[in-house]
Amino acid sequence: MIDVSTTPATNKSGPAAGRRRTYRPNAQYIPVLATLTLLIVMYTLGAVNYENFTHPSVILNLFTDNAFLMVVAVGMTFVILTGGIDLSVGAVIALTSTVAATLLQAGWPAGVVIPTVLLVGGVLGLGMGAVIHFFKVEPFIATLAGMFLARGVALLIDQNSIPITNGFWTGLAEARIVFEPGVYISAMALVALAVVAVAAVVLAWSRFGRNVYAIGGNADSALLMGLPVGRTRIGVYTLSGFCAALGGLIYSITTTSGYAGHGTGTELDAIAAVVIGGVLLTGGSGYVLGTVLGVLVLGMINTIVNFQSLNSWWARMAIGVLLFAFIVLQRLVTRRAK
Amino acid sequence: MTFLKNRLVWPVAMLALLLLCALIFSDGFFDIRIQDGHLFGTPINILRASAPLVLVAVGMTLVISTGGIDLSVGSVMAVSGAMACLIIGDLANQNSVGGVTLAVVAAIALSLVLGLWNGFLVAVLGIQPIIATLILMVAGRGLAQLITSGQIINVQSSPYKVIGTGFVLGLPVSVLIAVAVLVIAALLTRRTALGLLLESVGGSPVASRLAGIQARRLTIMVYVVSAACAGIAGLIYSSNVSSADGNNAGNLIELDAILAVVIGGTALTGGRFSLAGTALGAILIATLDTTAQAVGIPPETTLVFKAVVVVVLCLAQSPAFRARLFRRPAARPAARAEVPA
Repeated sequence: MIDVSTTPATNKSGPAAGRRRTYRPNAQYIPVLATLTLLIVMYTLGAVNYENFTHPSVILNLFTDNAFLMVVAVGMTFVILTGGIDLSVGAVIALTSTVAATLLQAGWPAGVVIPTVLLVGGVLGLGMGAVIHFFKVEPFIATLAGMFLARGVALLIDQNSIPITNGFWTGLAEARIVFEPGVYISAMALVALAVVAVAAVVLAWSRFGRNVYAIGGNADSALLMGLPVGRTRIGVYTLSGFCAALGGLIYSITTTSGYAGHGTGTELDAIAAVVIGGVLLTGGSGYVLGTVLGVLVLGMINTIVNFQSLNSWWARMAIGVLLFAFIVLQRLVTRRAK
Repeated sequence: MTFLKNRLVWPVAMLALLLLCALIFSDGFFDIRIQDGHLFGTPINILRASAPLVLVAVGMTLVISTGGIDLSVGSVMAVSGAMACLIIGDLANQNSVGGVTLAVVAAIALSLVLGLWNGFLVAVLGIQPIIATLILMVAGRGLAQLITSGQIINVQSSPYKVIGTGFVLGLPVSVLIAVAVLVIAALLTRRTALGLLLESVGGSPVASRLAGIQARRLTIMVYVVSAACAGIAGLIYSSNVSSADGNNAGNLIELDAILAVVIGGTALTGGRFSLAGTALGAILIATLDTTAQAVGIPPETTLVFKAVVVVVLCLAQSPAFRARLFRRPAARPAARAEVPA
């Protein structure tokens, strides 16, 4: 029997790449390469203009400061690859950090709280995915309702910021691998990198990953090919909810607090990171690695804005301009590919 | 059961239910009294609170009817309010009507330019609307803060205050503005061919173009109109609080506006729209907030309440859900994308 799920329609590499003598990157890689180039250019500019910019801690802090965003954006990548969108991630961060802090305050052990919280995020994602798939509600609206629900429940639990004094939590917040004094990578950054690695492998080499690309390319064709469209679609929203919950845990660990106001606007940052990373919002094309580069670009913008001691609105403007540049680039690339 | 098929039945039922709850659980909810020649009372407050949302949602309806979406409306509101307050703040006499008029015109003109930018991205460069307007959504708030230098600009201008808090013939000016825009939009789309053309573009831009419809021009136009509506809403908001706040003006209003449009029975895929439904949806959302307070639901639970209402309404409107609920054989089985697991 022919296994259709392993021959994605989007893969155009292979014969053409071998024939050409000069190196020309596959059109699919251009956005990712552009993001990488941008990151290098930004780093070089920073290194030339500011003292201490080349200190290794600058790069390591990018990972530490953006660990939660990286995890959330990875989940968002799966959703966007199927052509959907998940607006609830920021609210899920708020909900999970609040639930975690409340349970810990009530004396629950960390070993129970962590799975509980991850389950909450996963179930919320599952619910949204089911509503989207079975009742044909637009992803935009269904996840919007999820956003209201998650933040509402978080507010219902507690409107104030709850400090976390649990030893495991504060221990994790301090846990880090120190290379030399002042140069370290935090445990949370390592968690984020592990999530990225697993996600990249799943997306590239698993049947689920190929199904995600197939649905994003054309859901009707995927259905006609006999792919499990429903299971995959519900799966990506569950995955995104799970990743958002994990992001919320990381957020609560780095800030050692739970608050219903945490993660406001994170959904926008995650979507921006995914787009800058070269994932097509129509679905079907893009890589987890691109998303990681997108997160790093956002982090680098904030770093440069800090070094220049500019106001934060310049960072927003810069992100807007970059979004514009990358979207136009994608447009040019996809047009040429046709 | 045919009346259940009308798309406006469910929002109307929900609104009636909400008002019924308010009637039972809150004393004097429907008291409207005349004070100093002006109408006062909770229903009037609901209308006043819903005015900016109705404005934004009317623009959003037109955009969605062409199959697009405009995420930048909240940012445009912030920019418009910031621009107006900047000009008024620099006036020698903040109470001069001419100066305020200039500020209002400049703010709306700037909104039009922002709308033109969105339209250019969508119609000329062919970028997906949700991403094209995401750019301005992110950058617009930066722009608003750039205009106000990151401060909250306070103004003391009585002509400017009229836009948000004034009364004409006993009716609030902001409500009159919203109704006027709604009526103009309804007349232009339903008494001329414009509405049909918009729906045609939403149905299929290519087919419309081949049929001789200026799809590109129409697309640019709806984004400009949407930005103009958002600009006016921004003026109402900023006039209400006599200040410009680049961070909070119109925060998350794009979501409420899209919600209002969807509740009103306009499909996000385009090709069909209902301005009356949108106005109803916007009023429903404003009523939701006000009723929650009046009934005594604590403000922090309003979001949960809203989520429940959204889920119930969307499910009630979803053909797939209704088919399952009523087990009607008419549900097209071919359209179901289910695969045995």
